[in-house]
Amino acid sequence: MNTMSSSISAAAYTRSKGAATPVPDGQRKDTVMENKPEDTVIEEGKTVGQPFTADPKFKLRNVDVSYGADRAIKNISLDIGRNEVIAFIGPSGCGKSTFLRCLNRMNDSIDICRVKGSLELDDQNIYESKRDVVELRARVGMVFQKPNPFPKSIYDNVAYGPRIHGLANRKSELDDIVENSLRKAGLWSEAKDRLDAMATSMSGGQQQRLCIARAVAVSPEVILMDEPCSALDPIATARVEELIAEMSESYTIVIVTHSMQQAARVSNRTAYFHMGHLVEVNKTDTVFTSPQHPLTESYITGRFG
Amino acid sequence: MTDQRSQAEIVRHSLKRRYRTERRFRLYGILAIFIALASLFILFADIISKGHTGFIKTTITLNVTLDSEMMYLDDPTDEIQWSNADFKAPIIAALQAQVPEAASASEKRELRRFLGTFADSETRNLLTKHPEFLNTTQTIEFPTHDRVSVYVKHADNPRYSIKLSEQQQRWVDELLVQGVIDTGFNDVLFNRGDSREPANAGVLGAIVGSLLTMLVTLAISFPVGIAAAVYLEEFAPQNKLTDFIEVNINNLAAVPSIIFGLLGLAVFINLFGMPRSVPVVGGLVLALMTLPTIIISSRAAIKSVPPSIREAAEGIGASKMQVVLHHVVPLAMPGMLTGSIIGMAQALGETAPLLLIGMVAFIVDVPDGLFSSATVLPVQIYLWASSSEQGFVELASAAIMVLLTFMIIMNALAIWLRKRLERRW
Repeated sequence: MNTMSSSISAAAYTRSKGAATPVPDGQRKDTVMENKPEDTVIEEGKTVGQPFTADPKFKLRNVDVSYGADRAIKNISLDIGRNEVIAFIGPSGCGKSTFLRCLNRMNDSIDICRVKGSLELDDQNIYESKRDVVELRARVGMVFQKPNPFPKSIYDNVAYGPRIHGLANRKSELDDIVENSLRKAGLWSEAKDRLDAMATSMSGGQQQRLCIARAVAVSPEVILMDEPCSALDPIATARVEELIAEMSESYTIVIVTHSMQQAARVSNRTAYFHMGHLVEVNKTDTVFTSPQHPLTESYITGRFG
Repeated sequence: MTDQRSQAEIVRHSLKRRYRTERRFRLYGILAIFIALASLFILFADIISKGHTGFIKTTITLNVTLDSEMMYLDDPTDEIQWSNADFKAPIIAALQAQVPEAASASEKRELRRFLGTFADSETRNLLTKHPEFLNTTQTIEFPTHDRVSVYVKHADNPRYSIKLSEQQQRWVDELLVQGVIDTGFNDVLFNRGDSREPANAGVLGAIVGSLLTMLVTLAISFPVGIAAAVYLEEFAPQNKLTDFIEVNINNLAAVPSIIFGLLGLAVFINLFGMPRSVPVVGGLVLALMTLPTIIISSRAAIKSVPPSIREAAEGIGASKMQVVLHHVVPLAMPGMLTGSIIGMAQALGETAPLLLIGMVAFIVDVPDGLFSSATVLPVQIYLWASSSEQGFVELASAAIMVLLTFMIIMNALAIWLRKRLERRW
């Protein structure tokens, strides 16, 4: 558990990265040279707005992630509510994807990645050593930036998850799961006649919806989406966004996006990340109409990002 | 304005130079390919021109009266009689009947030399199969002696020396006109083992030996190589030990093959007491030699599996083993197979390590198992090429062609498998 509470300026951190020996966190507080929004002092662990909710699905406290000597996430605390859609926004490299990938431990495969703090899903720590990552990922599904269907048939793509988890005992049950998942992903009408066709032969938007269907097929409780529309055209994007709205009734959805319009359209709450800090969390309306932190305001008004 | 024009001029000037460089580069490329193709063509032309006669056999067809008196054989079932019987006498009689001109004892001896050393085995085999042919007249085809064969095939080739007397040459010419001596496709080459007599020597023993050896090599190096590659790539922790192993595998790939032969001799034969000249030991040695190639190419194939597929499977909750078995290995399989087949083709052509473990012996019988003495194609070529009999020179070239055919088949198989299994993502 990281209990460090000293503060560091974002600018000081940037400079220290170039230095031969990294400046120890804290202890130093550089004077701000110019009055740019980027240089605004962020107090570590201090988040503006309402990061906490009652009865959260994910309870994340003092999360700290580092890649070797680089700290990518600095002491973030956040609650993710049940059946809410929360959007993570922020400039490139601010740590929003890293943070998202902590939620189903996709960072495990990176050797140098270290996660500290307390991350609880339904009051159970997901980083406990005896916690099985396979079970966690069955509960917390993920959709990636680029559509990544398996080079198999459409049917096999959707059926893969249920098969490995043993969710269906009979072929007919599996057929039902596949159909339901494709329906939920809004792909059934397009795919029902070509379930044996290669998934890679579909268009990009269809592939991404197939990936959503594949994630849905194992009936997860949470779906993480890492910029799911960045590789799609506007029409396919609209289709996926519709889908997110439909799915928000039964799933908790965490979406990382670079498009502020998208965040505004699909999410209930929005979290603004900046250089590894969680700057502001609020109702989406509030974030986009009356941001409380100057950095958030600069970002959503397009002054940087 | 002037600035702009000069900029355009500079670009135009440099363009000329750039295109010139490009043209020169292309020329070098074409030249390189031309040299490669020309050498290949010369090699093939040389081998085929020397070796095509290896596929032709010279035979002498005679109406042999299998006279029981002449052969001292009344009862083919009597073992003592059978082992003492003279199976050559009726052939000589039939040959003399064809050339009545040879009357004196010395002439008869010269005529007898037309027959291959093992001509009598033809009659013996025939009588074994059909004992009822005793005391009948049968038309039988015999291999001619190497000297006759060389004269028939290479009479006007200065590289061959004709070792027949003028009289013998005249007789051969006559028999050729009569159709008694004839040439045909050399089926002996493909259904016999090695022999001291070129006319009786075949590559079947070597082919079977090669296949048995390759079987052992494949059975060991393919699973071990792929398991090692998968472990190193997917499961091994990134530390000094792994790096050390990696460096050493790369080094092993560059170790001269004869060293592996020494290792096989020291470990498998001397330490474990395995027999010499057997396909098992040969296969083990070649498997050790092929392993680094298979591991390196398999690792490259595994590395080329896009990480997005791995993430997709992990994201659904596939365990590490499931990710590897369901996705990584199937997608890497074409590359792994290609690497393995290329490694096997290399092993198929390997001679040096097999010399050390005794697979260079003169073995007449076609090997009938993994533990029977055998030789392999490249070693057979080596043996024939260093043999003094003229007939073996063309046989060596013919065997080279057989070996090359196997290589081409294996490479074609590699290409076909890759095309077949390759999937786009």
